[in-house]
Amino acid sequence: MDMSRRTVLAGMAAGSGLLLGGCSENPPTYGNVLRMGDWFTYNAQRLLIPRGVLAREYDRGDITSTIGVGTVNPGNDHEPGFNPGGGPLWAQLAANDFKDWSIEVAGAVARPGRYSLDALMRFKARTQITRHTCEEGWSAISEWTGVPLRAVLEHAGIKPSARFVKFETFDAYQDSIDMFDVLHPQTILAYGMNGAHLPHGHGAPLRVRVETQLGYKSVKFLRRIVVTEHFDDGGKNGNIAAGYSWFAGI
Amino acid sequence: MVDQHSSVGHHARWVRATHWVLALAVLVLAISGVTIFMAHPRLYWGQAGNDMTAAWLELPIGPNYRHGGWAVPVHFTTAGQDVISASRTAIIFNQNGWARSLHFIGAWLLVASGLAYALFASVTGHGWRNLLPGREGLMPAALLADIRAHLAHRPVRPGPPYNVLQRWAYTLVLMAVPVMVFSGLAMSPYVTAGYPWVIDLFGGHQTARSVHFLAFSLIALFVVVHAVMVLRTGALRQVQAMTIGLKRN
Repeated sequence: MDMSRRTVLAGMAAGSGLLLGGCSENPPTYGNVLRMGDWFTYNAQRLLIPRGVLAREYDRGDITSTIGVGTVNPGNDHEPGFNPGGGPLWAQLAANDFKDWSIEVAGAVARPGRYSLDALMRFKARTQITRHTCEEGWSAISEWTGVPLRAVLEHAGIKPSARFVKFETFDAYQDSIDMFDVLHPQTILAYGMNGAHLPHGHGAPLRVRVETQLGYKSVKFLRRIVVTEHFDDGGKNGNIAAGYSWFAGI
Repeated sequence: MVDQHSSVGHHARWVRATHWVLALAVLVLAISGVTIFMAHPRLYWGQAGNDMTAAWLELPIGPNYRHGGWAVPVHFTTAGQDVISASRTAIIFNQNGWARSLHFIGAWLLVASGLAYALFASVTGHGWRNLLPGREGLMPAALLADIRAHLAHRPVRPGPPYNVLQRWAYTLVLMAVPVMVFSGLAMSPYVTAGYPWVIDLFGGHQTARSVHFLAFSLIALFVVVHAVMVLRTGALRQVQAMTIGLKRN
């Protein structure tokens, strides 16, 4: 079963001409001993773990209760992740059930543009029951429904020069993943959770699911997706600034 | 290859070198590991567990112990069971940014020095001859006699030959190291995607995390007893033996 999954993914990568891996450009070490350790872990794992593996998918009966952490309401200016440039706008969009919400796809794509929730729902959906592994130590199994990130980026005409994808949000937070995770079949832009709309606390109306990394890489409250040709960790709004490792496959 | 030094009361050079590298790795792992655990001092069995599921152990270490601050839960009705999600409104203690990165530096150090130690211990026979309980250690009478000797505070000669309880302590702590490594790997989303058997070895992500904690407790207990025994059997001589390689007795 694993072999067939791997073969499928390898075939998909070969057919598209997109780079699978991102080995051409490593995350920087920032001249910092802690980040050198993360760099070593990143390279050791990319070397030792078979390409294209899927995270385990569970059955409906395995779904557990869960918690929403980090920013749970971008419109609340008392939360540490409040972003004055995005919070009030999110609150306004939330008040109208996100009917006026759309996400911008920009950067190294032939057809930059915006996608509404309806537009995203017209793509072939993928539903997966996976384990969210929070860096704090807890975990939860939930069912996620959304559109593979890859499908949206191919629709926008992602260029072969693409190396990373950066996610910008309505809260003061952004992050990026390399092409290994961008093209991964389980990396989806999720609008549904446990058969319902994505709740506010889990990143409404759209979050990414990155199932091969710790939970904080599954960025919530998406506003803009930028395809980049070089490493971009989000600078002062990224994980490194908050002290967290950019790579969280651990 | 015969490891003559240890049989005449010296620690071989490789024993001294790996001892201190391993000690440093264990210290780094313990400090960073406890810091990480303080972010969520609750333990569970099974595939998943969080504040909305039952814990088998909650440790009152730090401000996150039974912190309040949860919004009214959302109920999911279509999952076919009673599943809830509550949003956290409290700001919790979390130093995992540096702690987890440091934990991995310690882990790589542990794996490298642990492999070197295992290789030397096997090749020289030190591991088989001096540390495993051996035939004597499996005999209840010998074990009981040694327990009685310890309880009576009868003076013990620092080995080798090590006494039965000492051999069991070394054997268990050396067995705990691979348990730590594999239960640690079982918590990794990427490793368990590539090698699902690592998580099946333990029967779930949270079970592996609980095992990681229990094996840590065993190693921490060993380190405390080890330090007490060093102090009680001539600390200066013991430290000299493990650093510059003087005779222990």
